[in-house]
Amino acid sequence: MELIAEHPVLDLSYFKRGEKVEFTFDGASMEGFEGAPIAAALHANGVRVYRETPNMRRPRGFFCAIGKCSSCFMVVDGVPNVRTCVTPLEAGMKVETQHGRGHARIAPILPE
Amino acid sequence: MTDISTDILVVGGGAAGLSAASEAASCGARVLVVESDLQLGGQLVKQTHKFFGSKDEYAGTRGYKIAGILLDEIEECGRGVEVLTNATVTGYYAEDKTFTVMRGEDSYSRIKARRAIIATGASERLIPFPNNDLPGVYGAGAVQTLMNVYGVTPGRRVLMVGAGNIGLIVSYQLMQAGVEVAAVVEAMPRIGGYWVHAAKIRRLGVPILLKHSIKEALGGRVVEGAVITELDDKFNPTGQERSVDCDVICLAVGLSPTTEILSHAGCKMRYVPELCGSVAERDRTMRTSNPDFWSAGDAMGIEEASAAMVEGRIAGLCAANSLGLPAKMEKLDEYWARLDHLRAGEVGEKIRSGIVKVSRGGWEACCNE
Amino acid sequence: MSESESLFNSGILTDERPGAIRPPCDKWKAKKSGLVIVECPQRIPCNPCATSCPTGAILPFEDINDTPVIDYEKCTGCAICVAVCPGLACFVVDLSFGKDKALYKLPYEMLPLPSKGDSVTCLGRSGEALAKGTVEAVIEPKRDKTYVIHVSAPKEFANDIRAIKVGG
Repeated sequence: MELIAEHPVLDLSYFKRGEKVEFTFDGASMEGFEGAPIAAALHANGVRVYRETPNMRRPRGFFCAIGKCSSCFMVVDGVPNVRTCVTPLEAGMKVETQHGRGHARIAPILPE
Repeated sequence: MTDISTDILVVGGGAAGLSAASEAASCGARVLVVESDLQLGGQLVKQTHKFFGSKDEYAGTRGYKIAGILLDEIEECGRGVEVLTNATVTGYYAEDKTFTVMRGEDSYSRIKARRAIIATGASERLIPFPNNDLPGVYGAGAVQTLMNVYGVTPGRRVLMVGAGNIGLIVSYQLMQAGVEVAAVVEAMPRIGGYWVHAAKIRRLGVPILLKHSIKEALGGRVVEGAVITELDDKFNPTGQERSVDCDVICLAVGLSPTTEILSHAGCKMRYVPELCGSVAERDRTMRTSNPDFWSAGDAMGIEEASAAMVEGRIAGLCAANSLGLPAKMEKLDEYWARLDHLRAGEVGEKIRSGIVKVSRGGWEACCNE
Repeated sequence: MSESESLFNSGILTDERPGAIRPPCDKWKAKKSGLVIVECPQRIPCNPCATSCPTGAILPFEDINDTPVIDYEKCTGCAICVAVCPGLACFVVDLSFGKDKALYKLPYEMLPLPSKGDSVTCLGRSGEALAKGTVEAVIEPKRDKTYVIHVSAPKEFANDIRAIKVGG
């Protein structure tokens, strides 16, 4: 994994690294730290392309890291347009490259 | 949909917001901080360098340690300060003074607050060049988040675009993280950030190419390099080009204040180039033209975190005071003296000239309910 | 714009200016444990060098934006300022260290951390390798990860050596 192994100022314990968990990216099994953003976990695994634009099919990846730019939208556990830079990784998550706009899940509307 | 109510809503848990929350809570206000990121601390948590300023602004203390100090202050407020992270304020409905907030990706709440302090900070600017949408072209803040918050190496070799304080500081931080910095390109004929920050990376061998900019990013699916070009005095390419081996192009080309909520609330806004965007008019208490809204930090104009913390204190103090709480308003003069000091140098000149354009007298008088 | 001015504008000190004045030669040569060299030629709101100087050699600022002014009579070369300056703009050079060698006390916040006795490359203001040096001491005065590395290296670079590179 592309992780910082030593740092002259920050103790490694400063990095927000929860428990190591498994998740999948487009079917491939990967490891990441629970609670850190999905986008950071993918980056640490060498993944750079997170989605493809609807018309031009341009690759898009990490960009603003503050949930504002829409560059890192992905399909997570079947839900499209998830802001992966501010969504914490959970064990067993199924993360997929988003092609185009993504498809809405049609689910029955349940009372709160 | 859940409903939450509070005395003072602070939107943004960075340098300004945390200072505002702590100050308001210390006056006895019930405060709710809503932060869109996964943790509090804003940009401070990513700063490994020691801050400038004086002792009052924690000079000589590293940014991430200052975040720790502010978080301890918040902790000490106990139940005076409630916090929601991973929550984004999405709108303000003036008719019933209600905010909507999105928590995570799919849960919504309503927040009713008597006063609001908007400390939403800033977002990064982009510049146009071919392939600027390729993965590997990252905002400087994003690069810092990856490496200094999550300990992920952003890349192997970075081209930094922009020699303002952020470009210079992030270049230094990249080297600390073991990442090579190929060069810093800057369109202007001089660096925009503090000279000492530039000297720090120069003496470690990083070229700073003035009157240079990026022409295009190279690569098919991800960044595989860049072409940079020299600029003439009118910022037109001279034809002198060279390619740079890099897998990350880091953009540090400026910030824009984040002001959507202030606009929503009908605060009088004004475009001020010196403050880097459209910002709210304010009085000496950091109150906007909407009497329920205060604002502080980069949302009120791009400046250093040291100033954002003082502005946050002012907003917190005065918002609490407006609720009739026992606020020590004599602190206002002291806070202003600190701001004036921070803005007195040559780098503060731009800020001073910008603030004059949006400073209004008068609202302060009607502060008390 | 002159070559020297454009170098300065990119972060390289090219000549003396307020905030970046060299110590007077005669005093410097004679001073045991060295004198401070500050390279802080821009008015910025920052004063830890002055407030932390134990002997008052860096004169108190009237305005926080003042550039440092040094009373060389009072400077003991203790290098506290080297450790506390947020801009890493303070250095101490001890010309009394040896016949041909000076002792350079330089700030360091990178990896790897050298050890006493290591050979390092001494760098100038644009990162150019000037000489080989030997690490004489590694000190962390404030226990805050800014190290002050004492390096012995040829005296002739007293006005040029401002950083080190460890290994590689």
